[in-house]
Amino acid sequence: MKDVSFGQYYPVKSFVHRLDPRLKLLFLIVFIAAIFVADNFWSLGLCALVLILAVAFSRVPVGKVLRAVRGVIVLVVFTAAINVLFYTGKSEPLWAWWIFSVTREGIVFSVFLVARLVLLVTCSSMLTYTTTPVALTDGVESLLTPLKWIKFPVHVLALIMSIALRFIPILMDETERIKNAQKARGADFESGSLFKRVKAIVPVLIPLLLSAFRRADELGDAMDARCYMGDKKRTKYKKLVFTWRDLVAFLIGALMLAATILLRIYGADLFGVLLGPVI
Amino acid sequence: MRIVAEHLSYTYNPKSPFETKALDDVSLTIEEGEFFGILGHTGSGKSTFVQHLNGLLRLPSSMKRYREKRKKEGECKTVLRVGDFDLASKKTDFRALRRSVGMVFQYPEYQLFAETVKDDVAFGLKNFSDKKLSADEIGRAVRDALAAVGLDYGEVANKSPFDLSGGQKRRAAIAGVIVTKPEVLILDEPAAGLDPLGKRELMELLHRLHKSWCKTVVIVSHDMDEIAENCTMSAVFAEGRVVFSLPPKELFKRHEELERLGLDIPLTAKLCRALGARGVNVDCDFTVEGFVRAVLALKEKGGRA
Amino acid sequence: MYAIEFKDVAFSYGEGGFRIPKLDLAVKEGEFVAVLGHNGSGKSTLARLANGILEAERGSITVFGTPLDEKHLYEVRKQVGVVFQNPDNQTVASIVEDDVAFGAENVGAPREEIARRIDFALSAVGMSEYRHATVSRLSGGQKQRVAIAGVLALKPKIMILDESTAMLDPRGRKEIVDVVLRLNREEKMTVILITHFVEEALLADRAIVMNRGEIVMRGTPAEIFARHEELTTYNLALPRIAVIAQRLSEGGMSVKSTLEIEKLADEIAGELSCGS
Repeated sequence: MKDVSFGQYYPVKSFVHRLDPRLKLLFLIVFIAAIFVADNFWSLGLCALVLILAVAFSRVPVGKVLRAVRGVIVLVVFTAAINVLFYTGKSEPLWAWWIFSVTREGIVFSVFLVARLVLLVTCSSMLTYTTTPVALTDGVESLLTPLKWIKFPVHVLALIMSIALRFIPILMDETERIKNAQKARGADFESGSLFKRVKAIVPVLIPLLLSAFRRADELGDAMDARCYMGDKKRTKYKKLVFTWRDLVAFLIGALMLAATILLRIYGADLFGVLLGPVI
Repeated sequence: MRIVAEHLSYTYNPKSPFETKALDDVSLTIEEGEFFGILGHTGSGKSTFVQHLNGLLRLPSSMKRYREKRKKEGECKTVLRVGDFDLASKKTDFRALRRSVGMVFQYPEYQLFAETVKDDVAFGLKNFSDKKLSADEIGRAVRDALAAVGLDYGEVANKSPFDLSGGQKRRAAIAGVIVTKPEVLILDEPAAGLDPLGKRELMELLHRLHKSWCKTVVIVSHDMDEIAENCTMSAVFAEGRVVFSLPPKELFKRHEELERLGLDIPLTAKLCRALGARGVNVDCDFTVEGFVRAVLALKEKGGRA
Repeated sequence: MYAIEFKDVAFSYGEGGFRIPKLDLAVKEGEFVAVLGHNGSGKSTLARLANGILEAERGSITVFGTPLDEKHLYEVRKQVGVVFQNPDNQTVASIVEDDVAFGAENVGAPREEIARRIDFALSAVGMSEYRHATVSRLSGGQKQRVAIAGVLALKPKIMILDESTAMLDPRGRKEIVDVVLRLNREEKMTVILITHFVEEALLADRAIVMNRGEIVMRGTPAEIFARHEELTTYNLALPRIAVIAQRLSEGGMSVKSTLEIEKLADEIAGELSCGS
């Protein structure tokens, strides 16, 4: 009964949702590359602008996007603190104590790192917010197709991903059911020492594994019965098609990456010391 | 233990795109000593309801924030009591509750996990006991529980539960629940997946347990014949609400309303209806026994007239 | 030529395991056969032998004249579709149409052909509007209909349902039975239905009863359900309606054993009115 919404897909229709999953995967790679190429705030600002556009056109609520950042807030704060305290700049420290010293460059540098991290996390979660796991699988398979030339089992990998996606909600449901059944027999998963809690998992884990094997067995038979014989002769029904939307997104991505590269090469001359390269 | 629910509501995945209202203002009383049948389509809320009865699903009203909000609005009226346990209170001792309210899930044989049947049956016993039980005490309780479900201790106790036959596994799983002698035993579709003979044997087993072991038995079922044949009282769920709470004898007279809900009626009720259309009124309790008796009585009377 | 024919087939799951000593069965094209038997009587083994998931130790299985052997395995599998018990364990893809496509993709059908087969299969089971739905959100009956569609996409001539209704609620069961009946009547599909439910078995042209790996009873469903003592020997329960008829006749009423509600009502009403 309980509905397990798998992953964090946000089900609305939008420009971004309708982009080809391969394009979105590539775009994520380009975006990450751009963030790492960027060495000044102007470039990062550009990336941020593109991301804000993407969020705006995705119809995913801003709160939801920010929640993804909240998940890594500890990491962000930690990174910032370490860098502020340990960055040894050339200028006079603003404040120093024992082995710590705070310099102006240190502060600028950590702000830069934090911005990078936030952009990285937001962009990745935008991919999962706007692309169903199924579409992602299709995209990965399609992008990996060239690897077939070096005998990499792309098809098997894709089938495994597809079956995993299909069975994860079932097994999550099942875990819940078994857990409830053992709770009804007095099992306690919430209290006690770590050792006790690990031990408490056994009555859930064993039935779960047995069930997974039983399911695998029946699935195997069902696949056999439907003439599954591996990659041999197999055709594919779903074809991914690029549309004008993908072209637009592609151009934006390409421009963004080009701009960050150019700014890295010529940025120092353009903006001077303060707003020039941070790294 | 008397079970009383008033104005009980429950929503899965609240405030998400997958929000579903599973219970909508449900009020239902189950008296002590009943063999109670709960009917309804899949998704009608019957499983959600029974999972409340041993605290596997909690009342939102026992959550602090919800209570405070409700108190302000002055309408905290949900009641859920099982015997002396007030499930709307946050002080409920859920461990004690679960000890008194045994719950057998669908396909319970899939929860077996221990190395031996004995260990598996003893699992609940050890969990619920406050002191360490001696091997003797455990052995005795397991022996009793296995005997109650019709399994021979000597034959199965030291076997792996996975080496039992299908029907035996289900019995062993039920033994693992009744081993703590719960006052109320709830079973979610206990006969699902069994062959007809297995079904009949299982219902016979539940009757034995009802008389000797657990005061109240509650079964969730799709099978109208099963309800008609076995239950002293029944309730019908539809779309998260209780639409009927009647003894089967009364319930199955309402065949038109049941069919409007898309529910089947027992064979005996179909026969009564078919006979009614032929001008013969058979008044019976809708068990096979009762139907045959009523028809033979009619013949007797007719013969004399 | 039979749709499927088992001739002197033997099988065992290894030493001391379950055994089928000798099996002979011939099913005509377009026939609807119900297979009954208690749990563990060998019904599922029969289904798995029929499309080569299990391999017979002896004897021959032929499908429309083609022998089921290594060389013709896939040819036969295309003709014999099997639907299994658990609606959750038969789908490989998360989206309905992707799953239905699976079989057709496996045999290398071209894209347009696959699309046509998906259309056909989904409409045959009445699930066209769920084409893009997520499988895990469907009801049990709907999932099982998708499983049937997945088999239909291979264009089989024989459909075996191995207790495919056992895990469904009454509504889901009716959905499946309706689909199967329609396939049998309108598409001339040969159907082998393995079931515990008397009402389902009654729909068949012919029924067989299995016990310990052997076929022990053959006949029309009505004939078989009339042989009360034999049924009991093979650990099968009598249909409730037969029990009622029997009890009434034991009580001195002259009602014949019948499996139809209306007929039994006629007999009872007749008996009561002539008594007065």
